[in-house]
Amino acid sequence: MTIARHADIAGLKQTNPEIFARPLSERLRDGGLWAAFLVVFVFGLWWIDASPMRIVNGLSKLGMLVGLMIPPWPGDGLWDYCLAMLETLAMAFLGTAIAAVVALPLGFLGAKNMVPNWLFHFGLRRFFDAFRGVDGLVWALIFVSAVGLGPFAGVLAIAVGDMMVLGKLFAEAIENVDKKPVEGVRASGGGGLHVMRLGVLPQVFPVMISHVLYFFESNVRSATILGIVGAGGVGLQLSDRMRINNWQEAAFIILLILFTVSVIDNLSRRIRAKLV
Amino acid sequence: MSTLISSNGRLSSTTREERLLSFEGRYRQQRFTRRAWTLLYGALFVAALVASIVVSDFSVPGLVEGLPMAWNYVAGTLPTLTLENFFGDLADWYWGLRFWLRLLVETILMGFVGTVLGGVLALALCFPASRNLVENTGIYFAARRALEFFRTVPELVFALIFVFAFGLGPFAGVLAIAVHTAGSLGKLFAEINENADPRPIEGVRASGGNWPMIMRLGVVPQALPNYVSYLLLRFEINVRGASALGIVGAGGIGQDLYVAIRQFEYTDISAKMLLLILTTFVIDIICETIRHRLIGADLTQKA
Repeated sequence: MTIARHADIAGLKQTNPEIFARPLSERLRDGGLWAAFLVVFVFGLWWIDASPMRIVNGLSKLGMLVGLMIPPWPGDGLWDYCLAMLETLAMAFLGTAIAAVVALPLGFLGAKNMVPNWLFHFGLRRFFDAFRGVDGLVWALIFVSAVGLGPFAGVLAIAVGDMMVLGKLFAEAIENVDKKPVEGVRASGGGGLHVMRLGVLPQVFPVMISHVLYFFESNVRSATILGIVGAGGVGLQLSDRMRINNWQEAAFIILLILFTVSVIDNLSRRIRAKLV
Repeated sequence: MSTLISSNGRLSSTTREERLLSFEGRYRQQRFTRRAWTLLYGALFVAALVASIVVSDFSVPGLVEGLPMAWNYVAGTLPTLTLENFFGDLADWYWGLRFWLRLLVETILMGFVGTVLGGVLALALCFPASRNLVENTGIYFAARRALEFFRTVPELVFALIFVFAFGLGPFAGVLAIAVHTAGSLGKLFAEINENADPRPIEGVRASGGNWPMIMRLGVVPQALPNYVSYLLLRFEINVRGASALGIVGAGGIGQDLYVAIRQFEYTDISAKMLLLILTTFVIDIICETIRHRLIGADLTQKA
């Protein structure tokens, strides 16, 4: 490589100006985008009423709360909290299991290479997407209204909220299947069921399990808060402790959640590493 | 392997049948251990399933009873739309559209401001949390743990605490979103940084850049498209999350939806939920388009 001298650079600048200065239109567009972004951001700050006074006051109050939380202490509710945590885990597990079972046929229906109908495929995908637009907590609210308070509502909320998303992921996994094993099974005389069992499933199964494990992890996190709307689990205890200003116990429950989540994450990472 | 050895003539005494037998034996043994492990895992799974069924009060009669009730509930929220008076019915259904749109804008703004604030915080924390960019393990460890804390405490719990500290309204919700976003985006950003090409980083270092310069000129240019891609993905998630935060009094259309569900204003529920679904749908499509364009632009730049 030769080193460019200043004179060379000046020459280069003259022959290809677009390298050294971007065209005006592009710069204007970028500037405009940044300005629009800033305007929306400032407007948003104004809308949510983020005045400096409020921030300072809130932060001092937050500091006070943190002071009240230390040291985290379960009081005499240790056993209750552990039971509630178990309930949370059970809700997440059962909800994920149900969602996975329902999502399996949905995934086969939604895969382009299984049902090669464009309109059906498009419609089903949009249907999957529509379910994703509703937060799990809203589902929990609906099921609490429908089947009453308790963990059962939480299980149903998790299952219904996740089955469509899992169905979409399953469908994508099935679409990405390598055709060669499928053709191999067919060439050696396998029927439709054989093709599914020996050609498709071995490729798809690890991917599906890994998705399901991810969903289980995320469901453990979301199941911890479903209790806030009365759908069982540790969230009810947490929001209760906060309501009666028992911040030490609230902090203990938060720590319990953190601990459980990290244990579950570790476990599922190990299973995933073994399977995939 | 065995054919290789036998072709050398050292193991020529083993006949074909003997080799076949030993192969069969090993195959059977392998299959047996494999099946035993599968059985064990299956048993564990079933045990966990049974335990969770017991703990969570799940029962088939409950399901059989509950599902029609849930269906009735959903059906009850649907409005009566007739062909004769279609637009009149539609107007009846969306009687409060003007207020709701205002609240919807608030929800989107909450998601937007929360994503931007969280993104800035994530950007600040992602460099110390990348193993290849910091030498001090203490700083790395602290940054990682901070991100983990931000991301593991549920958004709603942050919202509950912030509502207490900053008062009711969207401000607390935005802060909760920002903190949670900082945690999850910070981790993703750090992973991008760890996969960054080390050559530009060494180049900046070799020409005498200090640490911020290395980050700004060596890391950010190659990581930026990925940052933005994740940021857009998060924005869509956050708009959805903002709708849930209303339940603890953190503003937006979620708060209104919560009131509607609590007071059994059936058709309002479906109207607001449809609005929410449509909004997230539109945002999803827009973000995806931008993302594809960004990643595409990145690819052409590299080529």
